[in-house]
Amino acid sequence: MALNLEKYLRVSKLPHIWCAGCGHGIVTQAIIRAIDEVGLDTEKTVIVSGIGCSSRAPGYMNFDTLHTTHGRAIPFATGIKLANPGLKVILISGDGDTAAIGGNHLIHAARRNIDMTVICYNNSIYGMTSGQYSPLTPEGSYASTAPYGMVERSFDLCDLVAGASGTFVARSTTYHARHLTNVIKDAIRHKGFSFVEALSQCPTYYGRRNRLRTVQDMMNWFSYRSVPASSWDKMSPEERQGKFPIGVLRNIEAPELTEVYAKVIERARGGSQ
Amino acid sequence: MAAPKLLQGNEACVEGAIAAGLKFFAGYPITPSTEIAELCSLRLPQVGGTFIQMEDEIASMGAICGASLAGLKAMTATSGPGFSLKQENLGFAAQTEIPCVVVNVQRVGPSTGMPTLPAQGDVMQARWGTHGDHETVALCPSSVREAYVLAVEAFNIAEELRTPVILLMDEIVGHLREKVVLPEPGMLIVKDRAKPDKAPGQYRPYEIDRTDLSRVPPLAPFGRGYRFHVTGLSHAEDGFPTNSADVAGEQISRINQKIRLRAKELARVEELYIDDAEVYVFTYGGTARSAKKAVKEARAQGIRAGLMRVITIWPFNEDVLFKIKKRSPRAVIVPEMNLGQLVLPVKRIIGDACPVIPVNKVGGGLIEPEEILEALKEAM
Repeated sequence: MALNLEKYLRVSKLPHIWCAGCGHGIVTQAIIRAIDEVGLDTEKTVIVSGIGCSSRAPGYMNFDTLHTTHGRAIPFATGIKLANPGLKVILISGDGDTAAIGGNHLIHAARRNIDMTVICYNNSIYGMTSGQYSPLTPEGSYASTAPYGMVERSFDLCDLVAGASGTFVARSTTYHARHLTNVIKDAIRHKGFSFVEALSQCPTYYGRRNRLRTVQDMMNWFSYRSVPASSWDKMSPEERQGKFPIGVLRNIEAPELTEVYAKVIERARGGSQ
Repeated sequence: MAAPKLLQGNEACVEGAIAAGLKFFAGYPITPSTEIAELCSLRLPQVGGTFIQMEDEIASMGAICGASLAGLKAMTATSGPGFSLKQENLGFAAQTEIPCVVVNVQRVGPSTGMPTLPAQGDVMQARWGTHGDHETVALCPSSVREAYVLAVEAFNIAEELRTPVILLMDEIVGHLREKVVLPEPGMLIVKDRAKPDKAPGQYRPYEIDRTDLSRVPPLAPFGRGYRFHVTGLSHAEDGFPTNSADVAGEQISRINQKIRLRAKELARVEELYIDDAEVYVFTYGGTARSAKKAVKEARAQGIRAGLMRVITIWPFNEDVLFKIKKRSPRAVIVPEMNLGQLVLPVKRIIGDACPVIPVNKVGGGLIEPEEILEALKEAM
């Protein structure tokens, strides 16, 4: 069945600000498809973002939407979810937001297992400010602040969230659009904190400087580097060089924060009488 | 009448906030405000509210903005270093018009300073701490009971004006324990934010009434079908970003005007012996306790001293100073536990009418009544 995009988009706010060839439209579409296929109530779903290219997505989405400060989408969303646990909270954030300025919030939301879905649009670069390196820029890549190549090691955000006891972790790319929709669906259905890293191409500010000038070049780059999670487990460290796993990387159950706190309220109210 | 209680200023602040309808607190431990977080963690679930200790000060400020957008009365508490960290999200609340209360129990700065000792060094930071043009509402209690009453007022103003309100306490008031008789429940007015009077399709979260710039557009809670957009970017009446200088400028003016045009109704002041005074003390917060004693002692010694204690410190109360100026005083004494942050604003009104004499102390010592008394004597 065709997706009724007008139900989910603020059509009057289009066209979007993203450059030609940007992958963020593909990720946004995957989120909308996932919301549609899971059947979320659009009046009870809040979309929250930080600052950056990806964080402009909520402005185009027909929900209650909140475009916060740089790196702070998770704290704002934490307030919303705790204030009204009946709301479904989905966060859209970039690699700068999630891995750099807001990294602390990411690990603590994972630790708390508060029910929300964080989708990190990872384009490996600060696009909004025209191409500085981020903590997810691959080593050796060129950026406007890495004219001699990226000298720092990059984060594996999925490992980071899993290490912070995040209960659901997945990765996909814009090359795998249908797969991306499916892992976002799983993330939305998960009770607790869920994290999806969505690799998205930035031909304008990343590709141009890194011999990946066209969208096809960047898509191919995602394609040949990605390995299904099931195969990844069987690969040797040498075989894993330069590649990354995609799919659901972690999915476990743990008590969810707002449910635990509801019991605290029950106890406190009983105790005060 | 309610029975007297022995309460600390920080505790009174929490009880006042709960009486005002506080349902969400996010904070981070910091001396000398920590008791506020501790008491909220105990008391809020008892009234069906929620407490969370966030990972840092920035996150606490973000969380209360989120909770307020979801419809709850929300508060955080901190001291100087944390207040510095909160400034960006405090500006977000001013720009996007999110009602919330931020308590700053001031300690000695700059930087880590003296965590357990009092100061009034954040007066100007409360006014100008966040970037860009904005107005600030800040209330300054000088007693435990007033910490309670002003917590209620802070929420009333925040909800009615859709703006962050700063409850600017200091370590003296925060950690002071004194006997208080709290107002009976129902004695204080508690205001709730206005609900949208338009259907979701017609709702404009930043609507301007061009005949009355003081009018505050109602804030719909998230999750009720309004599906509106909130952004820290300059936005139009519908909440969506704009690059139009006219549209952005009009909104920036409106969020300033809604407070400026209410300066008189927001002004709260305590006056003592002002009718026949020849020399005045202009004071606020914990220091006002010493000032009051000094003025009474001066009167006992035959000096016609008067006291003006501003309770609303921002917007700055120009009217009380014009009132003093009209009486051709010999001097206005301004005692502050800082290096004179309010001296220039006072001089701006008093001008050459009389000397404005600062009495300052930094480093954690209290300004004692004798020091203010000395200044009063010298001025005569």
